[in-house]
Amino acid sequence: MTGFWALLKRDLTLAVREGSALGTALGFYLVVVAMLPLGLGPDLKLLSRIAPGVLWIALLLAALLSLPRMFEADHEDGSLEVMATAPLPLELAVAAKALAHWISTGIPLALMAPVLGLMLNLDITLTPALVGTMLAGTPAISFLGSVGAALTLKARRGGLLLALLVLPLYIPTLIFGISAIGFASLGQDGLSASLLILLAISVASVAAAPLASAAALRLQMS
Amino acid sequence: MKSMQTLTQRLANPTRFMELSRAILPWIAAGAALFIAYAMYLVFFVAPPDYQQGETVKIMYIHVPSAWLALMGYSIIALSSFGLLVFRHPLADVSAKAAAPIGAAFTLAALITGSLWGKPMWGTYWVWDARLTSVLILFFLYLGLIALRSSLEDEALAGKLTAVLALVGVAILPIIKFSVDWWNTLHQPSTGFTSSVDPSMRTPLLLSAIGFTLLFIALHLKGMQNEILRRRVKTLRLAEIERGDRAFSERVE
Amino acid sequence: MFRADRNEKFLAALRLAGRAQQDAGGPDAFFAVAKREASQLYRRLKSRTSTAVLVNFANPLCRRPIRAGSSWVDRLFLHADNLTVERGTRTVISALSFTAKAGEALLLVGPNGAGKTTLIRTLAGFITPAAGTISLNAEFTDQDVAEACHYVGHLTGIKANLTAEQNLVFWAEYLGARESTPIEDRVHDALSHFGLSQLADYPAGLLSAGQKRRLGLARLSVAHRPIWLLDEPTVSLDAASTDLLAKLIRKHLANNGLVIAATHLPLGLEDPTYLRLGPAPSTGAAPGDTLSGGGAP
Repeated sequence: MTGFWALLKRDLTLAVREGSALGTALGFYLVVVAMLPLGLGPDLKLLSRIAPGVLWIALLLAALLSLPRMFEADHEDGSLEVMATAPLPLELAVAAKALAHWISTGIPLALMAPVLGLMLNLDITLTPALVGTMLAGTPAISFLGSVGAALTLKARRGGLLLALLVLPLYIPTLIFGISAIGFASLGQDGLSASLLILLAISVASVAAAPLASAAALRLQMS
Repeated sequence: MKSMQTLTQRLANPTRFMELSRAILPWIAAGAALFIAYAMYLVFFVAPPDYQQGETVKIMYIHVPSAWLALMGYSIIALSSFGLLVFRHPLADVSAKAAAPIGAAFTLAALITGSLWGKPMWGTYWVWDARLTSVLILFFLYLGLIALRSSLEDEALAGKLTAVLALVGVAILPIIKFSVDWWNTLHQPSTGFTSSVDPSMRTPLLLSAIGFTLLFIALHLKGMQNEILRRRVKTLRLAEIERGDRAFSERVE
Repeated sequence: MFRADRNEKFLAALRLAGRAQQDAGGPDAFFAVAKREASQLYRRLKSRTSTAVLVNFANPLCRRPIRAGSSWVDRLFLHADNLTVERGTRTVISALSFTAKAGEALLLVGPNGAGKTTLIRTLAGFITPAAGTISLNAEFTDQDVAEACHYVGHLTGIKANLTAEQNLVFWAEYLGARESTPIEDRVHDALSHFGLSQLADYPAGLLSAGQKRRLGLARLSVAHRPIWLLDEPTVSLDAASTDLLAKLIRKHLANNGLVIAATHLPLGLEDPTYLRLGPAPSTGAAPGDTLSGGGAP
């Protein structure tokens, strides 16, 4: 497992040094959320009602934006091929990279959501539920996204294709994320069924997605 | 005219700039500290609370200078970009690069203080007020400049492309401002912050604005010095690498 | 054909396991043999199944450690039997058989498009051969070539935003976590061998093309692998760097390592074996003894 931690550490170091990827994702999140009131009008009641949905969808889009780079850099400089000949199975290497993506993109996006929630007049008592569901749901976004990133590694205009492939996979996460916030707004405390399902989706993607991603990468290296 | 030219030329020389800025930077920084300290003393101990807004009006003494510096920062970037693209001024790129994060920080400060000020006034941290929205869009422009620069490996190219973006931003800013005002009046009456300011508040506000402007200039000069030093270090490293490469080939042969 | 082969293997494994149970009479022996045979079978399946749907159930922590200069390396050889590789509809390598032994360098020669890169990538496990087998010698059949090899392709695997040292430390941790020599020593030795000690703390992105290439090659000595698969390793290296690489290769061979390289240069090796690939060989082009290699039609 040393290899796993070494790769995780390297990817996080690179994420910090190359900073722009995270900055772009956060900036995109901010801009998309800010565009919405400009389109819908500054009616605070309306904004407050749609805030959770807007924040979730914008978060999916912002995360999507950063996915293509997950394997691209390692593919371009040949690291991926060396990794394929290492003792660490490629599946675990993919898991390390997806985990690094979650830590360097998913968590910051989830933590930024409450700030944007203020701009949409989201009920402040819902903030813990919002951040909680996002932290529970974003692993699925990174790990399912790794499948899309692996599949479109060599594709022309991979970014657009990636959105087409991956967004449908995010539907369950989106539905149960929103529904968990809905339960919280009804005043139900503790773990709602929706939050548990959301966690289950994340756990299942963490377990299963690396297999598909590694298979897709192997096919493209042959 | 001739003396002007030689002055610009002398200032354009990074070494001269380093000497000069080293000499004046402490004075500017000290001035900033003095002005801000005196302004804050007036704000907290002398200036009266607003008859409508009470003590919350004290946020204004930070908010207004920040909003002013947000605009000034963008003007500096725009002027520097112009200088870079038209006159190929070697320091212009350094100036534009150094001003961007400082301007963005003051813009963010204006947004945050504005939203804190808004909480007791509007009952919520954020309303889609025309001014706040315009400043938010200005913040996006800053973010765009920083992101574009950091996304390019080639620094000279990055500088020029960022300059083009900054000038495009200047051209479109008034239109954005106008359209946001239009959008806002469509939906709600403009929130009135335009009432005149009492002299007892005007003096500390003015002092605070001067202090923060000096702070901006000090930060900008320091940022430019750092950028020049960073570029020198990079040049030295590249030279070192090249020398190492030559020495390596000779040694083994 | 493979299915039949696979079934046969599986039956053999069962038979062997059954015999072990009879012989030793204990369940422990049975499990030991069954586990060995099962993992062997799994590896064979994995190397054949290009879609890699198979999950790697083998615990990565329990893999056999690769030991430097140990006795098993003495007997190491790599055997390719009747290897046929297709790229698209074209048969690049057909019915190629060869054996590479530890302590020997096997140099692949041939014109462009003869399949040198394809062969190296097939050996490294990236490409699944259409027919034929690649195996290590009897004791190590359960070891993938991919896991016993260093693969050096056309790209360096170097990150511009890490320093030269950080790049090597990562590869040392990633490729050779279980080795006894401390990582710092391995990295230090690798850097100084390739004359990069001075630049250890410089971001790799600033290095010249030749220095980057050397840094990429330094990976060879931060983790021990018995088999080196080198695809045109001398590209963009000057004479001095090529000498250093040749020195490293000779050291590896002296330690009973195995080197297979596609190269146009003789790499200063004393007695390399040549494997000529591609269409009918022109007369007496390659020096040294030439192994017969089936060329593409």
